Amino acid sequence: METVKINVPVMADLFAKGEKPEFLFWVGCAGAYDDRYKKVTRAFTKILTHLNVNYAVLGKEETCTGDPARRAGNEMLYQMQALQNIELFKAYEIKKVITICPHCYNIFKNDYPDLGAEFEVINYTDFLVEMMNNGKLKVDSKVFADSRITYHDPCYLGRANQKYDEPRKVINALTNNLVEMDRSKSFALCCGAGGGQMFKEAEKGNKEVFLERTEDALKTNPNVIATACPFCMTMMTDGLKYKNKEEEIKNYDIAELIVMSLGI
Amino acid sequence: MLNQILFAAALLITLGVFAFTANRYYKLFKLTRPAFPVRDFGKRFLLMLNVALGQTKMFRKPFTGAMHALVFWGFCVILIGSIEMVIDGLWGVERSLKVLGVLHDIIMASGDIFALIVAIAIVVFLGRRLFIHVKRFEGIEMKHISHLDAKVALSIILLLMLTLLGMNTSYVAHNTLLGEEVFGVYPVSQFFAQYFSGFSADTLHIHHEIHWWAHILLIFFFANLLPYSKHFHVFMSVPNVFLSRLEPLGKLPNMDSVTREVKLMMDPNTAFAAAPADAPIERFGVKDAEDASWKNYLDSLACTECGRCTSVCPANITGKKLSPRKIVMDLRARMKEKSKGLLKEGKTFDDGRSLIRDFISEEELWACTTCNACAQECPININHPTLIIDMRRYLVMEEGSAPGELKATFNNIENNGAPWQYSPQDRLVWAEGLEMNKI
Repeated sequence: METVKINVPVMADLFAKGEKPEFLFWVGCAGAYDDRYKKVTRAFTKILTHLNVNYAVLGKEETCTGDPARRAGNEMLYQMQALQNIELFKAYEIKKVITICPHCYNIFKNDYPDLGAEFEVINYTDFLVEMMNNGKLKVDSKVFADSRITYHDPCYLGRANQKYDEPRKVINALTNNLVEMDRSKSFALCCGAGGGQMFKEAEKGNKEVFLERTEDALKTNPNVIATACPFCMTMMTDGLKYKNKEEEIKNYDIAELIVMSLGI
Repeated sequence: MLNQILFAAALLITLGVFAFTANRYYKLFKLTRPAFPVRDFGKRFLLMLNVALGQTKMFRKPFTGAMHALVFWGFCVILIGSIEMVIDGLWGVERSLKVLGVLHDIIMASGDIFALIVAIAIVVFLGRRLFIHVKRFEGIEMKHISHLDAKVALSIILLLMLTLLGMNTSYVAHNTLLGEEVFGVYPVSQFFAQYFSGFSADTLHIHHEIHWWAHILLIFFFANLLPYSKHFHVFMSVPNVFLSRLEPLGKLPNMDSVTREVKLMMDPNTAFAAAPADAPIERFGVKDAEDASWKNYLDSLACTECGRCTSVCPANITGKKLSPRKIVMDLRARMKEKSKGLLKEGKTFDDGRSLIRDFISEEELWACTTCNACAQECPININHPTLIIDMRRYLVMEEGSAPGELKATFNNIENNGAPWQYSPQDRLVWAEGLEMNKI
């Protein structure tokens, strides 16, 4: 198949040319550095390109939102990061930000306004649903039509921001077999990585949280575990490896499922 | 007349003790920190109707939820009957609210039916505590006293319902025997009354008096016991729902004192400006009970230790020490322990102990994933994660204490703008050679 090169637009370059893109695509640290999750960043970039979205990334100017620091109690560090980001967004006159990471989404949406942020933040699942509703994103392929897909709710989309339906709308457009875990939506069990846990060993206990959650997923006997968060992805992928299931069951982000369905 | 005097005296003592307790709590609340301004009364009222009166979050566990809802709704209806009893007691009359006509019939009938329903529910609750092993009633925070507390309260409620039914039954039987009018409708007691038809009018009258006095005195006693037990829940839960945090669970309160400092650091022009005089120098985060906000403290008083929070906590499920219920109970216990000194000497009082470490260990605090399952589950909108984060804030910003890996994470964010040790120069590596299929 013929391929085309994607030149990812960078905010500073566009700004120098006097252009102002409609959206800032906020990649996030996991999106930039985590080897597995970089594929999700690439997948979402393909979707943006496919949809001819007028966007840019910050590239080397992007920095941590401060979320891991904030949830771990380092308010000072969080606010330094946040105020720096808010200044940068103001300088580039950024009005709309799309995020793939729910932690970035949550802190932009709920915490930054207290420090004077005035931009709109859009989670990519909302964006995908909107694009499907307005007919721009048509996923009519049958790639996943018969796959059993179970969806693990990230805490920071679900309980934190009440987004249970949007990711499911996207998955339901891809498959007829969305299977729910016993604990789902507001009852969903955390993957174990939130609140700074991603960056440290767990406290002493008798089990790892990600295994407890992987078992929830395995009980639905899925072909695919769909996630919508970089930390959840690390945890669920680890869980599948630990259970020796990584051959038969795949963990994909919702953006990757769309890309595979579209064949782009 | 003697009865009226006795009743007035009992009521006065009840109100007096209650006023003493309320005043004490009021003073403790004044020592706590601000949480948020209470606005949006319309929104709050709807939330109260939904979560408190509608018991919607209780139904997340359908069976016990339904039982509790029936008990709660029963209490609401029976409360009106109790108000009637107070009027009756003071004025020396009987069934004074009969002036309400049909409405009185409805109130009495539902109170009578609910008395039986509540009694049955309480027997089920007692049975669950005595004979069934319910996992969420266990845990390191559930000491003997917590279990005793629960059983005593349930027993008192059961006695309240039995005396209410006894009172209604003897009232109906007595008036029916003498051919006098029965004010109000009593479907359950009417049924029981037929078994008392052989008793004399005098005996039935004495029965009525005994049940009447036992019921009202138990209410007075219970009302003053509650503020000293976990069943303070009965008074505090509805206000606690009304005063809920209205923001999304994902939002943390901003620390304005930190914002001032950070802005000072970032803007050289203000570097030499004096700090605003009205800015009090206070500790970052929560170390001890009085550092918590009034909402945290209200949460702790409203908690009835049901354990729904702990039963959904990922850390607790997987055997870690953290239990959200314990965090809330510890705040209440620590405030109680420190209250005498605090009330006497104010915020400067120091007994050499603190909420962190003497009650809550660092290990518990660092086990939280901030997943908000506890806050989501709490039937009365207690918010545990904000308190846990506030304690982390104290540890990190006042003591510089955090697990080593988190300190490294902080360093990375500070030095290279990411929680991992990667260079900002590599932020676009993912985009190199990116291609897509043409369709």
